[in-house]
Amino acid sequence: MSVGTAQAGVNGVVAGPREVVRRRRRTLLTFTVRWIYFLPAAVYLALFFGYPIVKNITMSFQHYTTATFYTGEAPWVGLSNYIAVIQSQVFGTTIVNTAIFTVGCIVGQFGLGLLLALFFKQRFPLNGLLRSLLLLPWLLPLIVSSAVWKWILDQDSGVLNEFLVGLHITPGPVSWLTSPSLALGSVILVCIWVGIPFNAVILYGGLQEIPTELYEAAALDGATGWKAFRHVTWPLLRPVTDVVLVLGVVYTLKVIDIILGLTDGGPANATQTIATRSYQLSFSLFDFGQGSAMGNVLLVVSLIFAVIYLRLSRRSSNV
Amino acid sequence: MSELTASRPLGGQRRGDAPHRQRPRGRRWANLVIGILIMVVMLFPVYWMINVSLQPINGAIEANWFPWNAQLSAYIEVIGAQGPNLVTSLLVAIGSVVLSLAIATPAAYALSRSPGRMVDIVLFLILITQMIPGIVVANALYPAFNDLGLLDSIPGLILADASAGIPFAIILMRAFMSNIPTEIIEAAWVDGASSFRAFWSVVIPVSRNALVTAGLFTFLFAWSDFLFALTLTTTPKVRPITLGIFEYLSSTNENWSQVMATAGLASIPAIALLLAAQRFIASGVTGGAVK
Repeated sequence: MSVGTAQAGVNGVVAGPREVVRRRRRTLLTFTVRWIYFLPAAVYLALFFGYPIVKNITMSFQHYTTATFYTGEAPWVGLSNYIAVIQSQVFGTTIVNTAIFTVGCIVGQFGLGLLLALFFKQRFPLNGLLRSLLLLPWLLPLIVSSAVWKWILDQDSGVLNEFLVGLHITPGPVSWLTSPSLALGSVILVCIWVGIPFNAVILYGGLQEIPTELYEAAALDGATGWKAFRHVTWPLLRPVTDVVLVLGVVYTLKVIDIILGLTDGGPANATQTIATRSYQLSFSLFDFGQGSAMGNVLLVVSLIFAVIYLRLSRRSSNV
Repeated sequence: MSELTASRPLGGQRRGDAPHRQRPRGRRWANLVIGILIMVVMLFPVYWMINVSLQPINGAIEANWFPWNAQLSAYIEVIGAQGPNLVTSLLVAIGSVVLSLAIATPAAYALSRSPGRMVDIVLFLILITQMIPGIVVANALYPAFNDLGLLDSIPGLILADASAGIPFAIILMRAFMSNIPTEIIEAAWVDGASSFRAFWSVVIPVSRNALVTAGLFTFLFAWSDFLFALTLTTTPKVRPITLGIFEYLSSTNENWSQVMATAGLASIPAIALLLAAQRFIASGVTGGAVK
């Protein structure tokens, strides 16, 4: 818009008034045309994101079960779905699990991703090739990663136990996925493995943006190695790290494939998160009302982080 | 700080110049070795998947560390059993690419040509859609698809899977199209081209790389989709490969070579893209996430 207007101003001196009017009409027209271009996307987004949110909210106040699909009846039940979900014994576990899972995943992914990004910032042969191969865990379907890790972590014939027992690191096979005290840790491990490439690539991009001169100036002041990282790299990388961390939280909160594939929320709900519990309520127990209530809890948490993301990205674009 | 400089000026100086000067040879080769070690650890699960898929393993027999007697028998069995599922995944993924690009390309163009507050709000909403948990969408789509007869259908899965591709493709392509000089498009208008012609024969060819990147990622998203496959299909009639793998995992199947062979087949698009389309992948990872 602004470009068009500016041009009309410049050319207007030469062109007659009629030319200006025609130009303005075309600007107006293209404005409408532009929104016609956007219309299909608007309709799609409304149907596949807007509608589900509204539907989740309404369903969460309804008794919405398998019977509803036959009779079409979904009586309003007020807050009772929320009360049932929150009073359920599993609720506390799922909240704690979700928090541990998200924090554990993010800390691991981010820490190792940052180390890799710093490592690959150095020049050495085959750097580019190795960096792109590193992306593979992130590109694989999550259910494929789950399957492979389920086999690696298998108690009886998994290669990890074979390795650990063979080297006498552990006295016997460890029940990585079937012990209630270890399962969540194992699921976090797989989540970290999947997320490292994404973190490494984004942080690597951020590192490349930091001007070399700053390191030279810092080195003149004697700041190299850890000091350079502390006083140059970290402060300048902050906008990128903020965004990566918040995006990481939002993406990790909704993870469902890894958990369903590895443990299906078990053993004894040891790996049940808000997302998997919502799935379980709707699609295993066929109580869509309660499933939606649980889904809305997840939605609210996600949207809080989405707002934080907006704040952060606004601040970084102002800089 | 300045005191430190005074105390060891030489050390500081040399390190500071490092980015311009060649690093010592030994250091570079040491880094290469570390880099390869990192890759070995990170890619071990992928190696293990391929390794196991080439060995006939049943029950609790431990696999060899290297497939000395490589056999393709697991793949042959799996192609027989999972062949239709692979075709389903392929149709869903291709359909999803076509639908996503058809919807996202004009939208990205519209958003790239009219910067302003309105566009910022729309872009923010699109970013937010990427953060909406899939289970929330699935909860609502199941009853809706049930009413519309879209459960257990390829069109249904195409529509649902595009929900990952469309927001991503709009953001990615808009960022690219914003850099197309207005003059190029206006030149087309001056030549008498209609708005659509200018879009079709100028904007799209110029944005080819962005379209390819968006298309490749949309394909991967739909191919990898598990949640919609799991929730929006109820019979074996329409069953993407991801669901085929999940069936193995949730049953008491002990034939791990078959599971790994299926996983290996399901990994082909990711591996192929990584080998054949590296430059597109790199731009997609960063382009879709951070504006």
